[in-house]
Amino acid sequence: MDWDFLLVQSLSGLASASSLFVIASGLTIVFGVTRIVNFAHGSFYMLGAYVAVTVVPWLLEFDRSPWLFFVGVLVSALAVGAMGVAMEMLLLRRIYRVPELFQLLATFGVVLIVQDLVLLVWGPVDITGPRAPGMRHAVYIFDQRFPAYELFLIFVGPAVLGLLWLLMHRTRFGVLIRAATQDREMVGALGVNQAMLFTGTLFLGAALAGLGGALQIPRVSANPQMDLSIITEAFVVTVIGGMGSVPGAFLAAVLIGQLQAFGVLIFPKITLVLVFLLMAAVLVVKPWGLLGRPEAAAGRAVLPEGILDPGPLDLAGKLLAAAGLAGVLALPLLDAYAVKVGTEVLILALAAFSLNFLVGNGGIVSFGHAAYFGLGAYGAGLLVTRLGVPMEPALLAAPLAGGAFAALFGFFVVRLSGIYLAMLTLAFAQIAYAVVFQWVEVTGGDNGLVGVWPSSWAASREVYHYLVAAVTLAAIIGLRRVIHAPFGATLRAARDSAQRADAIGVDVRTHRWLGFMLAGTAAGLAGGLYAFSKGSIDPTLLGIPMSVDFLSMLLLGGIQSVLGPIAGAAALHAIKDFFLPLTDHWRLFMGLSIIAMVLVFPRGLAGAWASIRRRSA
Amino acid sequence: MAERVLEVAGLRAGYGPAEVLFGVELTLARGEVAALMGRNGAGKTTTLKAIMGLLPPRAGSVRFAGRDIAGLASFRIARMGLGYVPEDRRIFTDLTVMENLEVGRRGGAGGSAWTPERLFAIFPNLAEMRSRRAGAMSGGEQQMLTIARTLMGNPLAVLLDEPSEGLAPVIVEQMAEAVLSMKAEGISVLVSEQNLDFAATVADRALILEKGTVRWEGSIAALEADEDVRRAYLTV
Repeated sequence: MDWDFLLVQSLSGLASASSLFVIASGLTIVFGVTRIVNFAHGSFYMLGAYVAVTVVPWLLEFDRSPWLFFVGVLVSALAVGAMGVAMEMLLLRRIYRVPELFQLLATFGVVLIVQDLVLLVWGPVDITGPRAPGMRHAVYIFDQRFPAYELFLIFVGPAVLGLLWLLMHRTRFGVLIRAATQDREMVGALGVNQAMLFTGTLFLGAALAGLGGALQIPRVSANPQMDLSIITEAFVVTVIGGMGSVPGAFLAAVLIGQLQAFGVLIFPKITLVLVFLLMAAVLVVKPWGLLGRPEAAAGRAVLPEGILDPGPLDLAGKLLAAAGLAGVLALPLLDAYAVKVGTEVLILALAAFSLNFLVGNGGIVSFGHAAYFGLGAYGAGLLVTRLGVPMEPALLAAPLAGGAFAALFGFFVVRLSGIYLAMLTLAFAQIAYAVVFQWVEVTGGDNGLVGVWPSSWAASREVYHYLVAAVTLAAIIGLRRVIHAPFGATLRAARDSAQRADAIGVDVRTHRWLGFMLAGTAAGLAGGLYAFSKGSIDPTLLGIPMSVDFLSMLLLGGIQSVLGPIAGAAALHAIKDFFLPLTDHWRLFMGLSIIAMVLVFPRGLAGAWASIRRRSA
Repeated sequence: MAERVLEVAGLRAGYGPAEVLFGVELTLARGEVAALMGRNGAGKTTTLKAIMGLLPPRAGSVRFAGRDIAGLASFRIARMGLGYVPEDRRIFTDLTVMENLEVGRRGGAGGSAWTPERLFAIFPNLAEMRSRRAGAMSGGEQQMLTIARTLMGNPLAVLLDEPSEGLAPVIVEQMAEAVLSMKAEGISVLVSEQNLDFAATVADRALILEKGTVRWEGSIAALEADEDVRRAYLTV
């Protein structure tokens, strides 16, 4: 391999690093001040690209000058900044004090809304942007051609870093932002109106995401999938760099840019995996990222949210459970469609229950629970389709697959807490997703695999329904017993104060790890059952939207309740099944519903049930 | 009695299910330094936080400079001219000394116009480390910086939480001098304090809290003379 080539490869890594940094810097600044991990940051990036492919060509009609191109890019960035202001004023300022999980879900609601709005305004077809006038040519670096625009991008990153440094150190606004990153409450006690500061921060953060998107238009066409693909990368950059640290984001972006540029030469298919491996390695050595700091205790006054006191079921609860069970058993008396939906609800209920075992009982907010569900499905599905193994042993393999990967990923995950933990679970889930998606020869890639059918004795819908009912109810009852057992109580103690649990002799890390494995095992079992109920598997089973669905079930059911997630699974699946076929705008509908749930009844169905009973008592 | 800058009546506050204050009554006259005394857990810090709006009062009234401030956001209270110096310092460790002062800078309601230079005259140690990162300073220097930072807001009155706690005697003396210079500028100060010597040096009057209510109130001289009161409420 010759040196010119390596140099050019490295330069192209720097160009991607630059773009990534511009986006990630906005995310990290917003997190630093508001302590909210903004999923919608990727949506701002996408909006930046869409606004730019609209505004820039219009401007270039007047004069094809490079200057007008950049005016257009800046205008797009400012327009997106204004959208950030709207999001802060309409949504974020109402959720600064709710638990992190709900904040993440609410901003994901915005992601869904923006996806539908983008489709409404710009349509589903990718839109190719104009190239920058005066930068269409390639320059020669030694003997290698290198696009002039990429060379320009290399300088954008450091320029933005420099401007941000000036803003942060030479203006009052910047000094206040840095102070608020450390201790918001104290900044307020000194007379600073936090609302203004937060609005300003969102403007800055969204404008940076918009700038990042607008600068991409000569390289990639604006498309409706840009948001989720960039947000994962931006999360990884901020987590590796240290959340809240702008220089850290720069460092991490450069590292990742180089890793991708050279990784693609060695392992062309698994560059994404390399990036996540880097993240896992950094977090194990430096749990708060390269230049991050441990989260200060001050400034965050949220009581732990979750299962408080899992008592035995009272009479009303028993009646409700009995009615549910009777419904499950009686379903085959209705039509076949009801059986199909009922089977799926049972499976999703097990997955949601296992997630609440982590989130509600253990305080381990996993944002990638779909990984274990999906890996269970693939574990069973691959055995059946590739090796011809029958259903029974394949169904045994599903929980083993989920549990084994939960053991592997959980080993790293339980070393962290709070938002870092959530980001790492998301990252591992994305690794699993990427592998399944890219390893076409084995997994069938995007298309997945078909032909995952039950054994002949269980082939009828009704029999399979009863099989699923028996397995999921047994698993749920087993997990519920664990919640009531000393092991469950120990996890709750570690959730409420890891330090105090540690001080009374609890090995917090090992308990959490075991809890993580158990939840992964149960999710894997659910995944296996799901594969046989559908007859096929595909990568969406491991995707972010699936993880968010599970979390929405908890939110809907109420994470403070042991059995609430089951009701949440039933409600969410029924709503999706009933409403989605009726509307073209299901994302809009889902997004608004998630936000409404966070704002109106964060305790979910179980919370509503409890308050009705309190009132009538 | 002189004009009252701060009047607190029937103040109740707490954390979650735990009630801490059960109807605190206190006043602070213009230009006065009053010491809020009592043992650990008596409710001194909670009283100051509830007045400042950092903890929402559950009942009672708080009047500052003639206006009802109970339930207002703390930044609004600060803007009316009530300064707050927290007990655990809470300086911005990543910021330099000058930047910490910048965060506190505000036109303010108080008469005097504090500048970094005037503050450095009171706290000479700080003058030598203007561009030092505040996290790299000693505990005493950090305590000086918190007071200086609050004074940059030109407050009419200051709530000062345990300024002598955990500091070397020579620094405690400087703290006392700082409180006296605030008084000389006409700033009213409500200082929570466990140390009677410190209170006697700076304060005109003492209020003693126990179990969330004010149990005793009188001049410092009277407190020094009354051993029974001291034994009942202060000594450990």
